[in-house]
Amino acid sequence: MNKFVRAEGLVAPLDRANVDTDLIIPKQFLKSIKRTGFGVNLFDELRYLDEGQPGQDVTHRPINPDFVLNQPRYQGASVLLARRNFGCGSSREHAPWALEDFGFRVVIAPSFADIFYNNAFKNGLLLVPLPEETVDRLFAEVEASEGYRLDVDLEHQRVITPSGEILEFEVDAFRKHCLLEGLDDIGITLKDEDAIRAFEEKHRVARPWLFRDSAPA
Amino acid sequence: MAGQTLYDKLWSQHLVKERDDGTALIYIDRQLLHEVTSPQAFEGLRLAGRAPWRLDANLATPDHNVPTTVKERAEGNAGIKDPVSLIQVQTLDDNCVEFGIEEFKINDPRQGIVHVVGPEQGATLPGMTVVCGDSHTATHGAFAALAHGIGTSEVEHVLATQCLLAQKMKNMQVRVEGSLGTGVTAKDVVLAIIGRIGTAGGTGYAIEFAGSAIEELSMEGRMTVCNMAIEAGARVGLIAVDDTTIDYLRDRHYAPTAEQWDAAVADWRDLVSDADAAFDTVVTLDAAEIEPQVSWGTSPEMVTGISGEVPDPAEAADETMQRGYTRALEYMGLSARQKITDIRLDKVFIGSCTNSRIEDLREAAKVARGKKVADSIKLAMIVPGSGLVKRQAEAEGLDRVFTEAGFEWREPGCSMCLAMNADKLGAGEHCASTSNRNFEGRQGFGGRTHLVSPAMAAAAAIAGHFVDVRSVDVRRVDASSDAQEA
Ligand code: SF4
Repeated sequence: MNKFVRAEGLVAPLDRANVDTDLIIPKQFLKSIKRTGFGVNLFDELRYLDEGQPGQDVTHRPINPDFVLNQPRYQGASVLLARRNFGCGSSREHAPWALEDFGFRVVIAPSFADIFYNNAFKNGLLLVPLPEETVDRLFAEVEASEGYRLDVDLEHQRVITPSGEILEFEVDAFRKHCLLEGLDDIGITLKDEDAIRAFEEKHRVARPWLFRDSAPA
Repeated sequence: MAGQTLYDKLWSQHLVKERDDGTALIYIDRQLLHEVTSPQAFEGLRLAGRAPWRLDANLATPDHNVPTTVKERAEGNAGIKDPVSLIQVQTLDDNCVEFGIEEFKINDPRQGIVHVVGPEQGATLPGMTVVCGDSHTATHGAFAALAHGIGTSEVEHVLATQCLLAQKMKNMQVRVEGSLGTGVTAKDVVLAIIGRIGTAGGTGYAIEFAGSAIEELSMEGRMTVCNMAIEAGARVGLIAVDDTTIDYLRDRHYAPTAEQWDAAVADWRDLVSDADAAFDTVVTLDAAEIEPQVSWGTSPEMVTGISGEVPDPAEAADETMQRGYTRALEYMGLSARQKITDIRLDKVFIGSCTNSRIEDLREAAKVARGKKVADSIKLAMIVPGSGLVKRQAEAEGLDRVFTEAGFEWREPGCSMCLAMNADKLGAGEHCASTSNRNFEGRQGFGGRTHLVSPAMAAAAAIAGHFVDVRSVDVRRVDASSDAQEA
C-alpha cells in the first residue's frame, strides 16, 4: 500500500453534498480489470460535455469549462475539499483509485460514506473529517484566495492553513498506523493465521452447516 | 446487563480477534463474487502468490455486464458485444477455473444477480457473515445474516484470510408499526425510511428493521428493505429470524438437510434482538401513513408520496441542501411544485437486486394484466433477477401477461439498474425504475431515474405518467381477464 505521512498541496473545492461514487467514476470505466488509469475519467460526467467511453483518447473531448477541476487556478490540486456524505453509493474501489490516479492525496469533508472510507484508506488516500462550520470556512478561504494550499500532517493529525491555523482531525489508530508505514493488511492479518484456524475449527464444530464440505453425505 | 441486539450476537459469533485499537478480525462464512469488483482482487492474489483460504465459502456469477436479450444470450459470452465487458466476464470465468471457485456461468439457469442468487440457492443462511464486492450485499441481512458490502481490496483480503477487518458499528432500530395499505409494498417502506432519515442517516450503524409491518413482509419484501439499507448510509441491514425465514430456506440447494437442518433451525431461533437489548437510535414509522413512493431527485432521499409534489428548493433545510435541490431539479428537468402524477415517462425498468424476485414480478403482472403499455413509452422492460426466477415466472404465465401488455421480457442480470451492458437511458429520458439509485447518469448519460415499486412502475408504464397504483382496481381487472380466459 502507498504510504502517507504528510502532504502539502493546492486545494480544489467541490461544492456539492452527497457526491456519490457513480459521479466520481461512472460505471462504463468499471469494466477495466486493472487498478490504474482511472484518473482521466475522474468526475467524467462533470468534467466533459460528452459521454465518455473506456479506453478512449480524452484529449479531443469537449471540456466543461464551468467544472471546478477544469479551471486554471485549480490545476495540480492534490487536496479536495468537499461537502457532507462524500463517497456515498456503490462499493467500487475504482472511486479512490480514480481520485489518486488524478493526483489527489487528501479529501477533506464533514463526513464520508462508510465503504468509501474503508476503500480510501486501503489505497493510501487520506480522508480528513472536519466539522461542517470549519469546512464552510475553508470553502470561503479557498474561493477568496487563488493558490490556496493546505498542509496535511497525518502523524500529528492536523491540517495547517496558510495563516498558520491548526485544525485537528480524528483518524483511528490502526488505519493511521497502516498509512504511516504503508502496510499491507493481508500480511498483517496472516500473522494471526493460528487464531483464524483455531476459530474456524470451533466454528465448524458449533455450526457445521456453514461449511458446505461438512454437509452429511 | 442489557440484552444483546441481533447485530451484537452476529458480531460476537464471528469475532476472531479484537485489537486494542478497536479494529477486529471477523470470520467470513460466505463470499459472493461477480465480474466487476473481483478481477483486481484475483490479480492481487496472483501477484502475492497467495491461494484462497477456503474454496467452499465462495460462489461466483457474472451479472453486471451480461446482455439481456434472448438472441445475444443464446450465444453465451460470445453474445457480449462490448469487447471490454467481454474481457471482464471472461476474466471471472478464468479466475474461477484457476482458483477452483464454483461459478454459475452466463447461461447456467442458476445465474443471476448475486443478491438474488445467494438467497435463492440457500447459499445465504441465518447466522452467516456474508460479503460481496457490492454495496447491496446488505440484502442478505433479511436472513439475519451479517452482510457487508466491501471494496476490492477487502475482497482480496477475504479470499486470502477468510476474515474481514472491521470495526463494530452502532445499533439502530427502525420500527415500522401497523399494517401497510393495499398497494403499498416493501419498496415504499424502505423509500419512506430513507426519506425520513436521509442518505447519511444510517452511516456508522447496522440498521435492524423491525415492527409488525416488517414481520408481515415475505422474504422477498424483506430483501427489498435490507437491500436499500445502504441508500440510508448503513452498510448493514438486518431482520430477525422467524417462521417466514425458516420456511423460505427449507429445501434450498445449499441449505442444511436432515439432522443438520434441525440443529440449524434451533440455532437460528435465537437470531433475534433480546427484548431488553439497547439500541443507540430508534426510529419509528407508522405503516398506515406510508403511501406509494416516487423519487423526484438525484439522491434516494429525494422522495415523496404519489399524492405529493416536487419540493421548492427555497424550502430546503439549509443552503447546502438548497443547492442540492436546485441542481437536482435542473438535472431532472422538473419544476418546483410540479405534481408527481404530472411526470411523464419515456422508459420503464422492472428489475435489479431490489425488485426482480418472483413476488415483484407477480405484483407488476397483477397491474399489467389485460392492459397495454402507453404509446408514449419507448421501452418497458422486465428483467428477472435470475434464471430460476425467470423460469418460475414463465411457469406461472407472467411472461405472457407482460408481453401481451407490450413489455419486453428479458434474460436475467443487472441490466439497466446501472447500465453497464447495452440497456440504458438516453439523455433527458425519464424512467420509472424499480432499482435503488437515482444518481446522475446511473442508468445512462443524462438519464433521469425515478425510483418506485414494481406495481407503481407497471401502472406508470400503462398510464405513461405516474399514477397512484391504489386507484388502479387491480382485483377487478384480474377477475375480468380471468373471466375472458375462462
Ligand atoms: S442490480 Fe444494480 S444495484 Fe444490484 S448488484 Fe446489480 S448493479 Fe448493483
